Amino acid sequence: MSKYYVNKFLFTVDRDPEYLKRYTEDPHTFVAIWEQSIGPRLSDAEMSTVNGFTPQERNALINHDYVALFEMGAHFFLNLTLFIGIYDEPYMEKSGPLAFQKEFAAKLQHWVGKDYPSVAT
Amino acid sequence: MAQLVATLASTHHPFYLKATTMPPEQQMPQAAEWKRKIEAYRETLARTKPDILVMIGSDHFHQIFLDNCPQFLIGKAPRYDATFYNEEREFGIPKYVLEGDEDMSGFMHQNLMDQDFDFAFSNELKIDHSIICPIITVRPDNDLPVVPIYTNIFAPPLPSPKRFYNLGRAIRKAIDAYPSDKRVAAIGTGHLSLELGGPRQFMETGPDPEFDRQAIEWLRNGDIDAILANVDHESMAKSGNATHGFLNFILMLGVAGPEGADYVDNLDLFHTMEAYFTWYPKETAA
Ligand SMILES: [Fe+2]
Repeated sequence: MSKYYVNKFLFTVDRDPEYLKRYTEDPHTFVAIWEQSIGPRLSDAEMSTVNGFTPQERNALINHDYVALFEMGAHFFLNLTLFIGIYDEPYMEKSGPLAFQKEFAAKLQHWVGKDYPSVAT
Repeated sequence: MAQLVATLASTHHPFYLKATTMPPEQQMPQAAEWKRKIEAYRETLARTKPDILVMIGSDHFHQIFLDNCPQFLIGKAPRYDATFYNEEREFGIPKYVLEGDEDMSGFMHQNLMDQDFDFAFSNELKIDHSIICPIITVRPDNDLPVVPIYTNIFAPPLPSPKRFYNLGRAIRKAIDAYPSDKRVAAIGTGHLSLELGGPRQFMETGPDPEFDRQAIEWLRNGDIDAILANVDHESMAKSGNATHGFLNFILMLGVAGPEGADYVDNLDLFHTMEAYFTWYPKETAA
């Protein structure tokens, strides 16, 4: 499990309009490119060699599967803000304000009253 | 010595600006009341005529990330850019540049180190909405230099509630010891019960209205003993997965000291309870 790296994915994509656009339009291709050249970057000159996704983590990212990401302990703030960036507007146009946020909550109802998966890394 | 003239502790709501400046026919029903409350709260700062603002907030993974994550950090820079791209995108918050005060930052850093708070520091800190929201609400002219302090309320393990309170006490001592005739206000923001990215997010109320009601009473009375007896990391998580923002209220009560607040207001908004507190140091109360 590489919670840190999943969070790094969410963090780097959420803060970059170009990455966000590519992850929205073609997540399969973008996740592959991210793993190859964006995730390992430490600076212009330095690359890390030590991180990688598990198949489950990769699939969750490719499928925009925020429920699976929550259940793996991805950080709740990053997991919310990135997918708001992708889905808030289309949901709003179709179903009104906060429609996406409410669907997000509804899909996690089975966690009410339980201890959530830890976000500690 | 510098004079602490006010301590403000409030929730920060990144949608305030958007909610109160969009075309009136599109505004939420509570927008006018919200704006009135914010403007009244702003006056509790303005009347103290501060020269410098010590601002306490918590970065939301904008500048700070898990590759290098300080518990407590002080900004030491002549100026601070503010508002990240994703905050503009999500909340419609504009960009700002805040003036810094390197002299006071440097003094505070050394003084806090001398009090055994081993602060991380940053000479190039970009500020996020935890500090820009209170600029927008209580000092929209953005005309004063700031000393920014960030706390970790996001990436466990977090310091204890007692540590946050004691840090507030230490910040108060550092302000009181600053050799200057400046008038200093301390402004910190956090949250009451809050859920983000979980099953209890964006309900009609915050995730734990009972905690919110209780927390407001504790702060109104300055009852740090009750807070420390009832609040720990587990209890906060039960009240909502982002409720740890309450730690900044505990810190601010440390700055004010264990005394009743001079100004208390709140507003029940969709998905969160907003709350606004001001303490005036007793010897300078106007
Ligand atoms: Fe926040």
